Amino acid sequence: MRFFLIATLVTLSFAAAQPAAPAGPTGTAKSSPTIDLAGYWVAFVTEDWRFRMIAPHKGDYQGVPLNAEARKIADAWDPAADEAAGNQCKAYGAAAIMRMPARFHIAWQDDNTLRVDSDAGMQTRLFHFNSSPPPPRTERTWQGDSTAQWERPASLKVATANMRAGYLRRNGVPYSENAAVTEYFDIAPLPGGGQVLLVTTIVDDPKYLQQPFIVSSQFKKEADASKWDPTPCTAR
Amino acid sequence: MGSNAVYRKIAGSLATILAAAVLSLFVCRTASAQAEITGSWAARNHEVLAGDGLPVDFTGIPLNEEGRIRALSYSESQLAMVERQCQGWPAFYFVQGPFGLKIWSETNPLKGNVISYTIGAWEDRAPITIWMDGRPHPSKYAEHTRSGFTTGVWEGNTLVTYTTHMKAGFLRKTGAPSSDEAMMTARFYRHGDILTVLAIIEDPIYLAEPWILSRSFQASAAPLSPIGPPCVSTYEASVGETAPHYLPEKNPFVDEMTTKYGVPRAAAVGSPETLYPEYRKTISPVAPLR
Repeated sequence: MRFFLIATLVTLSFAAAQPAAPAGPTGTAKSSPTIDLAGYWVAFVTEDWRFRMIAPHKGDYQGVPLNAEARKIADAWDPAADEAAGNQCKAYGAAAIMRMPARFHIAWQDDNTLRVDSDAGMQTRLFHFNSSPPPPRTERTWQGDSTAQWERPASLKVATANMRAGYLRRNGVPYSENAAVTEYFDIAPLPGGGQVLLVTTIVDDPKYLQQPFIVSSQFKKEADASKWDPTPCTAR
Repeated sequence: MGSNAVYRKIAGSLATILAAAVLSLFVCRTASAQAEITGSWAARNHEVLAGDGLPVDFTGIPLNEEGRIRALSYSESQLAMVERQCQGWPAFYFVQGPFGLKIWSETNPLKGNVISYTIGAWEDRAPITIWMDGRPHPSKYAEHTRSGFTTGVWEGNTLVTYTTHMKAGFLRKTGAPSSDEAMMTARFYRHGDILTVLAIIEDPIYLAEPWILSRSFQASAAPLSPIGPPCVSTYEASVGETAPHYLPEKNPFVDEMTTKYGVPRAAAVGSPETLYPEYRKTISPVAPLR
């Protein structure tokens, strides 16, 4: 009896001390989410209103830790030139898209790929959960290549690189093609019903930033796609 | 006492020990799921939460009509009044102000559990104590203070806090008002060396819908002060016999955001519809200067 009790104690102690198990090797990202991000989310623009809802004046880069080289580029912003060159989506890249006043549709493209579409700018991001994602494309894109992983107990981490150079803000505040973006997605209940999506975005860019640029953006969940309004990128 | 009785007594004791051990291990496991939030968290002021500093900047705040009227009556000259110079800002200023956070905990010396966390003060913000010991919020008739009364619980590795009993004050330093019925639910998410705080502020008197803010801080190896410099009031000349204010339709600064930045008046005065993307489609983009 004593042996049985001690054995039980040891077994239970060992089991209780183990961290939460990750998804099994045969499980897919879709089948083992820590949070359910699927649905329509609308940006709730309570911060940086004048930097997000309208195009700030040229040279207005308050709060962004730019270095001198980046300030020269921001001071030379020319939206007409961007339009002429077909670069009107420079402010819609992965480093800035979640800061846009937009709606986002999040859905599973397949068992290991989460797809995020924006109506403003009509951009598509793909978050790959595969342990061995496809090799980076030789051609850079606005949204780059993103790898994702669930974080226990309730969060999503996304790392993005291989982007085209773009803008952190509409008015030509630059990030380089060497920038790397790390994002955390968290969900919270909204008093009175509903959900809030919180996205923390960290942009590392040794070329143009003196320190990582960190912002957090919040979104409300919408019941359906009734307010979904795809519109192309605009440079202003 | 026979051998069977002794055996039963030993077995009973072992069973009790076993149950206690298993229970304590599960408690430890729950504790290990929590995140460490104590320490010094440096501000990274990369987003503007406190307004631009212009007198009428209520952009991003979903004020209701009463809140808007009250906000537009505010004159910053009130801060020249000796009795108001050190009044400070409500608890939600900790996610808006330019300072970092110093957070520490008080623990039960016998059980080791956290009784409370404290977010240190700054010159114009009182310290916030987050009670983790399950105590209830006081009666609605209890005293209201600048920092209010806050309780907290862990949901996984997220600290969730709930604040009530704040004095009437301001949602933003530019004069958007908060009532003594305002409440704040805050969530502290730690991801590596980043601490992001999501604050949801409800005010049935002045807000049309909950106001949602978030702010990120970065772990700092350099210790931050748990207190700010003292606020010392001083005579700044007479402001007249009444508190400085503007009568309805008489605020001379109502169009400053429009003049300086091209922000429409409806957005500057905190109309709720201006917080959603579709509003952008009703306004003109701002032409670049220079």
